[in-house]
Amino acid sequence: MTAPVLELRNVVKTYSVKQGLMGRPKPLTAVKDVSLSLGRSEVLGLVGESGCGKSTLAKILLGLEAPTSGEVLVDGEALGAQDRLKLARRIQPIFQDPYSSLNPRKSIADIISLPLRVHGIGDAASQKQAVREILDVVGLPSRVMNTYPSQMSGGQRQRVAIARALIMKPEIVICDEPTSALDVSVQSQILNLLGELRREFGLTYLFISHNLAVVEHLATRVAVMYLGRIVEEAETGELFDNPRHPYSRALLKSVLTPEPGLGVPDTQLGMAYPNPINPPSGCAFHPRCPLATELCKTRAPRPVAQDGGLVECHLYDPETEMFEQA
Amino acid sequence: MADRLLTVRDLVIDIPVGGGTLHAVRGIDFELDRGEVLCIVGESGSGKSLTSLALMGLLGKRIKPKATQMDFDGTALLSASKKTMRGLRGARMSMIFQEPMTSLNPAYTIGDQLMEAMLLHRDVPRSQARARAVELLEKVGITAAESRLGQYPHQLSGGLRQRVMIAMALMCGPELIIADEPTTALDVTIQAQILRLLVDLVREMGMAMILITHDLGVVARVADKVAVMYAGELVETGPAKQIFEAPMHPYTRGLLRCIPLPGKTKRGSELGTIPGIVPSLVGKVSGCVFRTRCGFATEACRGDIPRHLRGPQAFRCVLDDGGLSQEKQEVQA
Repeated sequence: MTAPVLELRNVVKTYSVKQGLMGRPKPLTAVKDVSLSLGRSEVLGLVGESGCGKSTLAKILLGLEAPTSGEVLVDGEALGAQDRLKLARRIQPIFQDPYSSLNPRKSIADIISLPLRVHGIGDAASQKQAVREILDVVGLPSRVMNTYPSQMSGGQRQRVAIARALIMKPEIVICDEPTSALDVSVQSQILNLLGELRREFGLTYLFISHNLAVVEHLATRVAVMYLGRIVEEAETGELFDNPRHPYSRALLKSVLTPEPGLGVPDTQLGMAYPNPINPPSGCAFHPRCPLATELCKTRAPRPVAQDGGLVECHLYDPETEMFEQA
Repeated sequence: MADRLLTVRDLVIDIPVGGGTLHAVRGIDFELDRGEVLCIVGESGSGKSLTSLALMGLLGKRIKPKATQMDFDGTALLSASKKTMRGLRGARMSMIFQEPMTSLNPAYTIGDQLMEAMLLHRDVPRSQARARAVELLEKVGITAAESRLGQYPHQLSGGLRQRVMIAMALMCGPELIIADEPTTALDVTIQAQILRLLVDLVREMGMAMILITHDLGVVARVADKVAVMYAGELVETGPAKQIFEAPMHPYTRGLLRCIPLPGKTKRGSELGTIPGIVPSLVGKVSGCVFRTRCGFATEACRGDIPRHLRGPQAFRCVLDDGGLSQEKQEVQA
């Protein structure tokens, strides 16, 4: 395996949440001791329900939030040691909603060239040239330079957002639900574009999405997150063909593939996602897990290596009495 | 003879816009029996939400829908008085909106909002309405239902709010439920649970449901019948199985190629796309509206478009096989 371009080591993020007017602030651990690594031109899909900490993780990677503890390394260099500007040259985001992530009062050329101006790269003429080139890369005609976001469709706007992210020639792009606000026919265009750009420029993506069919299509590896922990990480084919963690299985089961006649699956997950302020004891998934035993209520499982991936469940830990049942 | 609940013939919705008319919905037909789920699928701007608002009589004063027939269990919805409509809405037909965050009133408790329709439509004491509210909250899987009645919407998560919306729509035991993207804002796990619940309720209570969505996965798993809408027209209708296994209209086929099919589409391969954008529907609209994005478009597409029937499946195209044979030749070449 090539040296990781992006690495997280034991990253923890804790917020302090006040409950009620007079309530004492309580700690909410959004990311719990997460370690991950991304090789060059890999696509790591990050999946999980809302509130599992995937967006917090994205913010930490973009330098928008500092981790409470732990390290983020880019090409082996600690992120804390790099200043924000330096970091922004290497990691860029694409956000979910192209309707609110573009300034409606700026022209497309202004929006796309802003990173260049912030970093003081080139003069006005060369910036204009760079915008023209990047528009071509994302498949927009150069005549859109003087138009405004309101004159564009959702798909075009998302192309603008991609152009803005790529104009700095970053190595890593954090895509946070990049297609969920788009129509089906436009979504496939953007996914194809992201795939092409990756092949062409050797980009590395962290791809956050709740659309598992899209993740399966685009990602090379997948990490499943639950209540701030990565509970399973595996190569995409392995995870989708042979999910190990009971949560991964439930998540995959809830995907509605376009196959008529199958009906809506019963996820057997129960209804409630636990409150992250009062996480369950032991394994955080035990209250919803159909296979939970007494052990799961008391002891948190540890990550166990499995076929090049990791799974965090007592069922796969040879040192627990549950191992045999797997 | 099936138990027909809703019949819509030639529904037209024109919206006056600055200096012209937006022909948002142009002559759509469909019908629905009790116990059936119809999915209207289409992209933004296809007119699917407007259609549902027209059924509910909620388009507002400015927009007057027209139709040769729009009957709900024998009542002509378009000529019905305001009083008749008020008697139907919330009682015999109810709607679940897309955004649970904005469609609940933040200033009233869940209990008040749940009981409102029942106290309005049925001559029942408050205690009975309350009991019904608790019963339905439990049915939609909300724990500690009794204590939820006193809570305000901001105290509930998105998934819980959407379940409250569903319970609210069911309060008076409606015969028709119209759900407009009821699960789009939710996690996949919650989506599966809520859709399962809705389908079970439809079957159990003999209701009919119109589900509006752009998610083809949802359509495949939930629908008995599918209506594919494009730019204000129904381009194809039919039983779910036929629409997914043998789609005829070029737009339906294109749409199905845009989504990765687990196990069928090769990972990382190029997905199908539909080039171009939806045309403007302001001013005169004629011929097939999909012709600007269709690979089989010819001069004939500007004229009248015939409707072809294949058993219960119907589609509108100048080509009587929707370009299928042409497509096969291209694949072979």
